[in-house]
This record gives sequence, structure tokens and C-alpha cells, in this order.
Amino acid sequence: MTSTPFTTRFKDDDSLFYISIILGLGFIWSMFAAHPTGVSALLYPTLEMHGYMMMFFFLLGILAVVYKVGDGVPKIDQSEYEDGVVKAGVIATTFWGIAGMLVGVIIACQLTWPNIFYFDNLPWTNFGRLRPLHTSAVIFAFGGNALIATSFYVVQRTCRTRLAGGMWPWFVFWGYQLFIILAATGYLAGVTQSKEYAEPEWYVDIWLTIVWVAYLMVFMATLYKRKEPHIYVANWFYLAFIITVAILHLVNNLALPVGAFEAKSYSLFAGVQDAMTQWWYGHNAVGFFLTAGFLAIMYYFIPKRANRPVWSYKLSIVHFWAVIFIYIWAGPHHLHFTALPQWTQTLGMVFSIMLWMPSWGGMINGLMTLSGAWDKLRTDPVLRMLVVSVAFYGMATFEGPLMSVRYVNALSHYTDWTIGHVHSGALGWNGFVTFGALYCLVPWLWKKKELYSLRLVEWHFWLATIGILFYITSMWVSGIMEGLMWRAYTDLGFLEYAFIETVSAKHISYIVRALGGTLFLLGTLIMAYNIRMTIKGRGLAEALDGDVPLAKKPALPAAQPILVGE
Amino acid sequence: MADNKKIDDISGTETTGHEWDGIEELNTPMPRWWLWVFYACILWAIVYAILMPSIPFFNSHFKGLLGSSDRAAVINAVDSMHAERAVYANKLEGATLEQIQADPDLFRFAMASGKSAFGDNCATCHGSGAQGFKGYPNLNDDIWLWGGTFEDIQHTLTVGIRAAHEDTRMGLMQAYGRDELLTRDQIRDLTQYVLNLSGQATDQNAAGRVSELFQDTCSSCHGSTGKGDPSQGAPNLSDAEWLYGGSAEDIYQTIYGGRQGVMPNWNERLAPETITALSVYVHALGGGEDTPKLDLSKQPIMEGEE
Repeated sequence: MTSTPFTTRFKDDDSLFYISIILGLGFIWSMFAAHPTGVSALLYPTLEMHGYMMMFFFLLGILAVVYKVGDGVPKIDQSEYEDGVVKAGVIATTFWGIAGMLVGVIIACQLTWPNIFYFDNLPWTNFGRLRPLHTSAVIFAFGGNALIATSFYVVQRTCRTRLAGGMWPWFVFWGYQLFIILAATGYLAGVTQSKEYAEPEWYVDIWLTIVWVAYLMVFMATLYKRKEPHIYVANWFYLAFIITVAILHLVNNLALPVGAFEAKSYSLFAGVQDAMTQWWYGHNAVGFFLTAGFLAIMYYFIPKRANRPVWSYKLSIVHFWAVIFIYIWAGPHHLHFTALPQWTQTLGMVFSIMLWMPSWGGMINGLMTLSGAWDKLRTDPVLRMLVVSVAFYGMATFEGPLMSVRYVNALSHYTDWTIGHVHSGALGWNGFVTFGALYCLVPWLWKKKELYSLRLVEWHFWLATIGILFYITSMWVSGIMEGLMWRAYTDLGFLEYAFIETVSAKHISYIVRALGGTLFLLGTLIMAYNIRMTIKGRGLAEALDGDVPLAKKPALPAAQPILVGE
Repeated sequence: MADNKKIDDISGTETTGHEWDGIEELNTPMPRWWLWVFYACILWAIVYAILMPSIPFFNSHFKGLLGSSDRAAVINAVDSMHAERAVYANKLEGATLEQIQADPDLFRFAMASGKSAFGDNCATCHGSGAQGFKGYPNLNDDIWLWGGTFEDIQHTLTVGIRAAHEDTRMGLMQAYGRDELLTRDQIRDLTQYVLNLSGQATDQNAAGRVSELFQDTCSSCHGSTGKGDPSQGAPNLSDAEWLYGGSAEDIYQTIYGGRQGVMPNWNERLAPETITALSVYVHALGGGEDTPKLDLSKQPIMEGEE
């Protein structure tokens, strides 16, 4: 296989050369960006801060490459898995998870006690700036790092080969961290293109595109040189996630910058077309980032942890293709009863209804994989976490199609019900499946017998579960209440309630929500401690000698004939 | 890889023979109920798409067998609302309070319309119970900066306060400290003088030092005894009510920096009959002045009104 053009162009040894070119070009661009000239520097949020930051980080990257090459061109041992980048990803996931959830608790408090958490002279603490920081930190920083780390781990194990691309995986990891830092600091400084979940401006978007293409190349090249005849189901989902997110990102962020060294840009779309493009993006960010990608995590870690075969191969094929095909059309349900034409709303709604069973296919396969291992739920809190995540996934994917029905949406739209729905998915599904995967990965990666403390996992599980229940029940109550209040009329046909009355009516629910979020954050802090102590080798986390059975080395190619097309 | 297939001990189901990192797959068929619900959803989607507007063409779209149209529905609903309200709205426009109160149905409509308009437009600053906040007057009491008769309220709503209307209400409480019209010591003494008007001064000497200054500087608006003047929007300083706070610190800040509260002129945003209705509502909140004697027993009971 090494003779094909694809892999010769993606040789391990060349990786540092091309990475250096990217870093060098980035450094040159950021030098100009850091020194704005002309009137436009006064009119638009300046790039200065980001220019200096990028100069610093690109220089750091170049120095790292020089240091690496100074030791001689790195020889990569193809008989070893590339686990360093996965370890880094585990730590980054934990770090960003805490950061993102902490900001979530802060903005929940801002909504609950707007007078106390309002700082007139600190504009960057305003809810409007912290809110995208929270959403991006938990989705893209916490979730994204979890996806990159687990995909790098899973694709190596299930292909029995080392990650392709030499240093490229490290470029993906650090490049993605730079994207996160630029996005986050941009929000705080007020640099935003005002598209929900796609707030970063054009230059950050271009940087993410470079990183994401590198990610896709690493993943595909690894699949290409696999030593297994078939591609495991988790990898189908990872690949669908990587490819679709690339397309979504490119299309929704099409914009014309004011200048080559200006932060500000204008979208290529306008009006209802812009709204439709945005929610095509937004909904499929949920579908392919938060659903397909995390289903991939589920498809590896649940059978692995339960030590049971995947329940149904047929179901996995059918629900995979059904999810991929149907999800992409469901975006218009975010724009019911807006300027979006009604026929588009109809299509968005019927595709959302058709999506119900394909989504549940993943739940069924995940839960039924436990058949024969249900007893482990009593003793293994990590497996329980993974299974409960699938239960929340099932609940959120039932609630989603329900809320997409126009008549239900007329009540639920713009209310806290939506917030509750999102968080039952985000906290229950994405959060728990990530926690479960991290608890599996840490002992495997750092070659420990067990986690530092299973009791702490129990604490994490229960604190987080109670936190989620507080969160979603309070949002159901406040959402349905405000929805009903908004549509209440007097017998003379006037609105029964002023908007401000619906806001103050939600105060108690908001207190409960902030409490729920705090409990969830507390659980994550406990996890971080547990991970740290496991890495240090304390408690139950004794070091393992020699080969680790769970992460067995790839067999030598000669010993395993490659069966292609079987 | 058929030779790798085997029977799983626990489920008794055959595996596919694939294996990755120890993970195998069972060949379990898809659950029947899952498949049938999936089919049912698809069928429902097709039927719904036939009934409702769905498929786009080049210049139009398939309208659906039921002929549903959100746009038409909204237009109808708005039209019928306007038609229902027109009866009362026509009567309200230009009506006096006496005329409105004389017609119980009209009064009830005015109160309902006023309450709704208040919630949408006024509650943001004055509070949903019209209780006011610091800097935003309480409308439930009988203290009125610009007068509390029905006509006063109507006029204030129409022209606004320090607003864009050419006849807008315009009182001037200057920034005596910031603009260096008075020294800080003078302001500190004046604060005591003002507090003394309601018998709260802690330093009688200070108050005494500036009685002449008060007469020269403040009395033209607030009156020589500090009772205020509604024609100029000057508040009474001798009562216990304070729009911007009644502590020495608050009063000092008021004199030092001036106060220039604003309210929009609502004539550009609300229909005349809505302003009339709002005036009826605000007048009835508790502090309306010069209200003709009402026979309360003849008034309909307001739901949710106290």
C-alpha cells in the first residue's frame, strides 16, 4: 500500500516540513495583523490582540519544530501506537470541560441574579460575551477535544496501526487548542460574527479549516493503512463527523473580510437565506458533532467496557445511513413561524420526525450491547455512566422530534424548554459518554491497573445525575410556564402578562438550574482529581508491567495477511 | 471471513465474524417494532407533506391539499383583532375621562388595553406593578412630577420627558457640582438644607448657612418652601418620597451631577386610543388627581386588578 500516490504524498517524514511552512506563513500574516493601519482600525474591532497572540503561538510552534529537528529527524516506531497525543487530548478535555462548565454556572447565576453578577465597567463579563464562551467551550473545546482524542485512540486500535502522518496529529492537537484560545479571547473582546455556535471571525475560521483538513487527512490515511479487513462502525461515525463538520463549517462561514488584516467580515448570505444556512449549520453541528461523533465514542467504549459484542451489526448499518441521510435536512425546524417559507418548515419538520427511529437505533444498539452484562452496572460506575448517557441520548432524541412538530414548537420555541432539551443532551449524553470514555482511557493510556478511586466515580455519577435532573426539570417548568404565559389572552383579546412578568416568574427555576449546574461542575472537578491521582499512580492505580492486555500492540504485518475486499 | 463466525454463548446469536481490538458484532436482526415505527414515521411524513405546503418549484411551491398558509392565517387573525377592537378604539380616541367612565364597557376595555400596553411598554422601567425603581417614578402613589390629572398624564405620555417631541416636558436639574456652579462645600450644606425640609438634617448649622443660596438657586423651580412645582416637573423636597434616594449621599449626588430622567414621547409609537387607554389605566392605579366622584358599585369588577 505504501506505493500508492496518496500515502507517498502524506509521508511521516515530510510532516515537519509542511507544518513549518504553515507556521511560518501564519507568523508572517499575524505580524501584519498585529499592526493595523488606516481608518478601518478605528472603525472595526482591531486584530491587534489576536495578531500578537498568533505571533507568539506560531513562534512557539516554530521553536518546537526546530527543537525537534535539532535532535535529528524524528524516527517513528511503527510498531508503537501514538498515544502521546491522546494523553494530551485527555488532559485538554478535562481542562476545557471545567472551564466551560464554570462559565456555564456563572452565566446561570447572571440570569438568576442579574443585579449581583453585573459589572458595569467590565464589558467582557457581560452575559452577551460569556454566553458564547460557555457554549463554544463545552461543545468545541470540551467536546471537540474528547472527539479528537478518542478518535485518535479508537482508530489506531480498531485498525491495528499507528496514526498516519508523523507529526501531523500533534499539529491537529495544538492547532485546535489555538483555535479554541483565539475563539474564546475573541468573544471576550467582542470579536464575533454573530452566528450562533459559529461566532469566530473569518481568520479563526480559516485556521480551523487548516487544522480540520489535517485532522481529516490523518484519520483517512490511518484508515487507509489499516491492518483489519473491515472498518469498524465507530470509525464510520468518526469519519461522517469529520467530513460533515468540514462542509458545514466552510459553507456557513463564507464571508468577505473588510480587509486582509481586519477582524471584521460580512457574511455572503443575507436575510432568511442567512438564517436558513445558519440553522442548517447549527442543527447539523448537533447532528454530526454532538451525535455522530459521540455515537462513535459509544460504539467503542461500551462494548469494550462491558466486554460484550455489539448487539446488532445490521442495526448499526441501517441506523448509520438513516441518520446521515435524514439529519442533514432537519435544520428548518429551528425557524418555525419565522420568515422562512412554510414549505421549508414542513420539510424540516417531517425529516425531524423521520429521524426519531434512526437516532434510537444507536440507543438500542448501545443498551442491548449490555445484554449479558447488566449485572456490571451495579459494580462498575464507569459502565453505568456510559449506559446512562445512552438513556439521556434516547430521551433527547425523542424530545427533539417532538419539539420539531410545528404545533409543539409554537409553545416551546424561544422558551427555556429548548435550553432544557439541549442540556439533557449536552450534560446527559455528551457529558456522561465523555466522562465514561475518559475514565476508561486514563488507566489504559497511563498503564495503570485501575482508576485511583471508584468511590469518587460513584460520587461524580450521583452528583452529576442529580445536577442534570435539577437542570432539565427546572427548565421544563420555566419553559412551559413562560410559553403558556406568552400566549395567555384576556377575554378582551389583550395579552394577559407583560414580558417582564414572565421573566420574574422564572426566578425560582433559575435558582434550581444554577444549583443543578453547580452540582454537575462539582462532579467534573471530582473527576479531574481522580484522573490526576490515577496518572500519579495513587490508590488503586498501580502501574502495570509489560504489555497491557486492553491496549495490545499491533501485530506485525507479516504475521497477519491483509485481506482486502473480504 | 465466514469461518470466523461463531455463536455467542450468552445470547445464542451468531456473530458476524468480524473482530476489532477484541470487539465483535452479533448478527441480531433489526428489532421489528423499531423498523415498523420507522416505516410509520416515513408514511406519516409523506402524508403530512401531501396535505401541507411542501415541495418547492421554480417560482412557487406545492400548496398542499389542505391549503394551509401561515401568512394568510396571521393576516386574518390581525384583521379580526382590529375589527373587534375598532368599536371601542373609535370611542376612546379623544374621549374625556368622564365620558369613558360613564360607559362601563368602554372603561373596562380601556383598563384592559391600558394594562396590556403598560406591560409591553412601561413595565420595563416603571415595574410590572408600576411600583417604580430608583430613578423611575412609582405610579401607584399620589406624587406626580408633572401633574396627576387624566389630562396631565395623557399629555406627558404624548410628548414624553426630555424626548424628541417639540413640546416635550423639559425640566432642568443642572449638574451644580460637575459643571462647577457650586462648590463641594456648598453642595454638602445644601444637602443638609434639603434634608431639613423634611426634618431630617443632622447638621442644622450647615442648613442655616445656605438658606439664601437655596432661595437664589433652587427656589425658582422647587419653590421657596421646597414644595415643588408640577408645571416645571420640580419635585416636592419636603416630603418623604425620593425618586433618586433620600440619603445624604444620594441627595449630594443629585445636586452634584444633576438628574435628567427621560421618557419617550409615545405618540410616535402608540395609537392615540392606546395612549388614552394607558392614561385611564395609570390614572386609576391609585394616585389620579381630580377624579370625579365614582359610584364604585356600578363599576365592573376587574380581573386581576386590585
